[in-house]
Amino acid sequence: MERVLKTAPMGKKGKSLYEGILDGFPISIGYIPISITFGMIAVQEGLHLWQAIAMSVLVFAGASQFMAINMLTIGVGAFEIIFATFILNLRHFILSVSMMNQWKHLSKKSKAFFSFGLTDETYSVFSMKRKQREQDKYYIGGLIGMSYISWILGTVIGGIFSNFISPLVSVGMSITLYAMFIGLLVPEMKKSWKVTLIALSSILLSIFFNFYIGLSSGWSIILSTLMGSSLGILLYKEEKSVEKEVSI
Amino acid sequence: MEQYLLFAVILGMALVTYIPRLLPALFLDQLQMPSWLQNWMKSIPYAALGALIFPGILQVQEGDLSPGIVGGIVAVILSFLKVNLIYVLLGSIFAVIGWEYIRG
Repeated sequence: MERVLKTAPMGKKGKSLYEGILDGFPISIGYIPISITFGMIAVQEGLHLWQAIAMSVLVFAGASQFMAINMLTIGVGAFEIIFATFILNLRHFILSVSMMNQWKHLSKKSKAFFSFGLTDETYSVFSMKRKQREQDKYYIGGLIGMSYISWILGTVIGGIFSNFISPLVSVGMSITLYAMFIGLLVPEMKKSWKVTLIALSSILLSIFFNFYIGLSSGWSIILSTLMGSSLGILLYKEEKSVEKEVSI
Repeated sequence: MEQYLLFAVILGMALVTYIPRLLPALFLDQLQMPSWLQNWMKSIPYAALGALIFPGILQVQEGDLSPGIVGGIVAVILSFLKVNLIYVLLGSIFAVIGWEYIRG
């Protein structure tokens, strides 16, 4: 098999690109149903198809896109949505710091370009690949391109499809967003009591800010997120930092 | 929301999402992050999910708490059983549709 690959007619660039696309495939499988859901919900909630697509093309960060749609439906203001997006995606800063440490062999220009494609999923695949040095720009481009295209494609499909859905189904669809959040959070809570503690305290804070203080849902989400996650400073104090864990 | 404002929101979101991704690519050499800050940021997704789920889920339908509760419970059970995310979504959707259908 080694030999076949080595003597394959593709050049080194072609081989890298091919491997990148191959490694991006599992991400695509995960992205397509989520982005279809995103496209559907976005259009259901009153966005134009092109606005939903623009969001996927320009933002490319799943959780914050869903959050924005959610906040738009409950009537949260523009500044709060942007600020909440900033807070939620601030974690990409960490991923990027860790990733750029591993991509030292790339030019500054390539790093700046590829940093756009860093998501929780692409990051985890990149950081788990052993041979960081072999991650040239064709490999990285193939993997990110694959993920990015499926994200956009799913949005288009979901957006178009949403016009054919009956009102009864549409009530059902309104739960999708929350089901996804739950589906992402619960398995993590099951794995770690620290995650459970952080998530539960954030929920309690959110209840407090919503019902006792009477804050708007946007600010309540932002404050609960910042305060709830700050618990992590204490909980993870003794553990190695994220960066050290992943750069094997 | 006004159309122009909505587009401004999308652009704003794009900007505040790209900047944190971009900065380390440009200035990593000068960057030294204290570990407490890393731990804080690492915890943000979990706290954000918690705050996003509750109490927002109660407002799935205007003036009626029950669809959110039904769908939420089904989602928690399914994801606790570690089924694939797509089945969590489908299960929860069908539960809410079923609930609405039964009640007419």
